[in-house]
Amino acid sequence: MSTQYKNHPAGAKAFNKNPERVSWHDKALWFVREKRDKATHGIPEWEELREIAAQIKAHTLSHLDKYLLQFEEQAQANGIHVHWAKDAQEHNDIVLSILQKHNVKNVVKSKSMLTEECSLNPHLNQHDIDVVDTDLGERIVQLAKEHPSHIVLPAIHKKKEEVGELFHEHLNTEKGATDPTYLTRAAREHLRDKFLQADAAITGVNFAVAESGGFVVCTNEGNVDMGANLAPVHIACMGIEKIIPKVEHLGVFLRLLARSATGQAITTYSSHFHKPKGGKEMHIVLVDNGRTEQLSRDDFRKSLNCIRCGACMNTCPIYRRSGGHSYTYTIPGPIGSILSPGKDLKKHSSLPFASTLCGSCSDVCPVKIDIHTQLYKWRQIIMEETNYDPAKKLSMKMAGKAMGNPKLFKMISKVGNTFLKGPRVLIYNPLNTWGIKRELPVPTQTFDDWYKKNNS
Amino acid sequence: MEIGLFIPCYINQFYPEVAKATLKLLQKYGNVTYPLSQTCCGQPMANSGCEKDGVDALKVFYDNFKDFDYVVGPSASCVLHVREHGAHLYPTMAPMIDKVFDLTEFIYDVIKEKELQAEFPHKVAIHKSCHGLRGMRLGQCSERVTCDVSKQDVLVEQVTGVTLIQPKRADECCGFGGTFSVSEPDISVRMGTDRLKDYIESGAEYITSGDMSCLMHLDGIIQREKLPIKVIHLAEILASEINSTTTDKEKAYVNAV
Repeated sequence: MSTQYKNHPAGAKAFNKNPERVSWHDKALWFVREKRDKATHGIPEWEELREIAAQIKAHTLSHLDKYLLQFEEQAQANGIHVHWAKDAQEHNDIVLSILQKHNVKNVVKSKSMLTEECSLNPHLNQHDIDVVDTDLGERIVQLAKEHPSHIVLPAIHKKKEEVGELFHEHLNTEKGATDPTYLTRAAREHLRDKFLQADAAITGVNFAVAESGGFVVCTNEGNVDMGANLAPVHIACMGIEKIIPKVEHLGVFLRLLARSATGQAITTYSSHFHKPKGGKEMHIVLVDNGRTEQLSRDDFRKSLNCIRCGACMNTCPIYRRSGGHSYTYTIPGPIGSILSPGKDLKKHSSLPFASTLCGSCSDVCPVKIDIHTQLYKWRQIIMEETNYDPAKKLSMKMAGKAMGNPKLFKMISKVGNTFLKGPRVLIYNPLNTWGIKRELPVPTQTFDDWYKKNNS
Repeated sequence: MEIGLFIPCYINQFYPEVAKATLKLLQKYGNVTYPLSQTCCGQPMANSGCEKDGVDALKVFYDNFKDFDYVVGPSASCVLHVREHGAHLYPTMAPMIDKVFDLTEFIYDVIKEKELQAEFPHKVAIHKSCHGLRGMRLGQCSERVTCDVSKQDVLVEQVTGVTLIQPKRADECCGFGGTFSVSEPDISVRMGTDRLKDYIESGAEYITSGDMSCLMHLDGIIQREKLPIKVIHLAEILASEINSTTTDKEKAYVNAV
């Protein structure tokens, strides 16, 4: 499995041991960000669209119970089995029991960060059910026994040479082959077999519509359609925040989603599911797993607006240079850094600090989540409620006291100033993290002293 | 017009030339006072998750500046902190928040300067500091589909002799981020190095910015790696004298650091 780093700086350090990989990773994602810019600038009403989306989400989240129940009623009327799961364990148990009831041995799965969040695959494997991820990127990380490093581009951290090697080992492609078309064809052939053998298909959900009881799944590879239409059982798993009130709202979100994610006007497949075909079964599992708790936090409620486009990852200068695996949570990048502390404050305490608060994530977000403001707010909670970075806590307390006392502050500044004029060997010591790769400024006469001399 | 000159603590300590240039610029527009007992805005504490430890700094800020018509400082970042967090951290200061301005914003929005008398015959790239750009909306940011005026560009364009250079990435963060620069040193330095490469490749002689903290970080890498580019605060360009020789300005810059 991919290495689990103890905190973000450790993961970032490891990723930066290979500067060429950092350059390549940064450029690959910046290319996507630029494609997104082009696509959004073709929509003059883009900002208005974002605002409408944010308002629909705000409305929906404040009436979540009503819309979820409406969805359940409509879906059941359509012949869909609806299940409710309060956490990951319940979700996994529900999925397993459906599969066991049908004696399922082979499952094809497509694009669901929720099942990653719930660690569904290992749970099913323990019960002798084989799960094949059918999204190309997800299949690559699955074969490599890793986790997705990005929610839209799961294998963005892998070079084509590494994919070639992996496919040579698992899919018998030619040794040394790196041609993307060749490799993709090999994967397609391999996956066709899996689709044909599958006894059940598990998919994610991008949007569930309360008024129709239907749901929409967006992909570029058509793997959702292949899986769900071939297998006798289709289980769709969704976080409860994926609900939208009306079909017409899809017109807002589908326009925002693909443009934000990849710079496409729309995903290649936006598949609408409403009812099972004759003789088949369709299930939907509505999962809470911490979402209602997040909903109860006024400062962080808006994080549930997320439509999982990944734009905040592509734009984040830290994500691009540290890679998705440097984050301690399933969902990496800025959005993951505001979702994860609510799940485990201690485990994910470094994530809200993995940011310069540059604000690019908030401006790129199609549903207007105030991501960088939430990062700031999580920082306050982490420093108050955990023992994260006690040295920083103490130094901030002392600095704060000094700054409240002008005389003391000026005196300490003078001492610091004198120290920085001292011998280089003392200044550039191992404790000076700044000075490992940077020079410190060289102090001269302070403005205070100059002003006193010239203006009083 | 009574203007209180707010000089961020690290500018006072390390970049007196920036403070002098700010003072000189503001003196064109009003009576400027520099309260000597000012300390810091408290942003380092706040962004580190210890915002309450920064309340005393805000009290000192309030005591020093409450009576001025305007409070102006050469740092979008420090000013943004006061504006965004001042009122909730120290409610007494709420009424003065709207009087606190970043230097370029003050010259553009309050003074509405159209004819800056300045000369700086160099190729200059403006590093759009994130707090100025996205926090205070001083310009058009690349993420949004809006038509915001880039106020710093407009002001720099008034300076005789300046050639504005556009880097490939218009507004990517430099990687300073306050304590981020020391808690995530690998990423911070890498971000700075990437920005510098972009600015150097675009042909700029100088990188300028409304925030000296970004420039301090970038200059730390420039000095260590001996890179062929210099940093200079926007105040120094806007206050640069007509007809003064290049060497004078370069000397002033050297003195500043």
